[in-house]
Amino acid sequence: MPNINLDNIDNMQFDVLKEIGNIGAGNATTALSTMINSKVDMNVPKVDLLELKELPDMLGGAEEIVVGILITLEGEINGMMMFMMDQVSACRIVNILMGKDSVLEEFTEMEYSALREIGNIIAGAYLSSLSTLTGIKINASIPYMSIDMAGAILSVPAIEFGKVGDKALIIETQFTKDDSDVNGYFILIPTLESYDVILRSLGL
Amino acid sequence: MSIMVKVGMADLNVCSSPDALTTLGLGSCVGISLYDSVSKTAGMVHVMLPDSTKIKNNENIAKFADTGIDALIDKMVLLGANRHRLVAKIAGGAQMFAFSSNNDMLRIGERNVEASKSKLASLGIKILAEDTGLNYGRTIEFYAETGELYVKSVGKPLKVI
Repeated sequence: MPNINLDNIDNMQFDVLKEIGNIGAGNATTALSTMINSKVDMNVPKVDLLELKELPDMLGGAEEIVVGILITLEGEINGMMMFMMDQVSACRIVNILMGKDSVLEEFTEMEYSALREIGNIIAGAYLSSLSTLTGIKINASIPYMSIDMAGAILSVPAIEFGKVGDKALIIETQFTKDDSDVNGYFILIPTLESYDVILRSLGL
Repeated sequence: MSIMVKVGMADLNVCSSPDALTTLGLGSCVGISLYDSVSKTAGMVHVMLPDSTKIKNNENIAKFADTGIDALIDKMVLLGANRHRLVAKIAGGAQMFAFSSNNDMLRIGERNVEASKSKLASLGIKILAEDTGLNYGRTIEFYAETGELYVKSVGKPLKVI
């Protein structure tokens, strides 16, 4: 039975978690690509063990303004899934979807719900592929959205992790549209016990 | 030249005039700033959770409102502050996402603020000003020269409290 110890994760476990990020983000990237009818590339996922205080800085600075869509996971796997992109990227995606060419301003109610729906669809694609792969049922919440400083948004998962320790293990994948004007991240943040559940379901 | 000392998440630090303390992107966490206007000593702690006694793994004292404030005061006293002269300004404790009502993450910001206030009250430290709650992040800067707390938020004017 695997028992993940944050200070001592073996290479095998790292590779498996990376592959989970790969499959999940692959499906999510495809969903995004279909939606905006444009090629979207993704990086090799990173599995990172971060000190909580490093978490707000992981996306290019605690004060960077980002659109964060958060889905909480419950059931056999607990934790959070986040989909984050910078404000300019979010604006571009909304423009593509709505066939507009507006400059960055405040999002309207309509654009706001479009963004949330995008988050819902691509996070759903990520999670359903994870669920298929592992055979684990994942109950996802409705998407919650916030447009604010990255540090403030990331404080929400950081606090959840803070209840059990001082480090967070995250699976992070960056994606980029072909002409690199849309950038974002998928971040899967399961609880420690959920990592065990995932690894066990894969026979590790 | 004055220095801006950075305080991370679950972290604390102190400084004296003309330096200043800052913490970036406070969300549901609370930044508690303490000040002794005579020695011009300032301290700041960025707490994530209300109560260390409710958590098993609580070695990181700066993470909790109760132990964080105690540790901050001790550190300020070492720098020359008088604990009986301390006053406080607090910021943060936002609810970043509009979670549905049965979610226990819902009130973490509010609970952090409540815990910080009751800890300060139990130590007899007066809260001079606060900018807490609501649904947006804050970056704060605390100046040891003046005791002023600058609160910056996205799309909002600078607030000095």
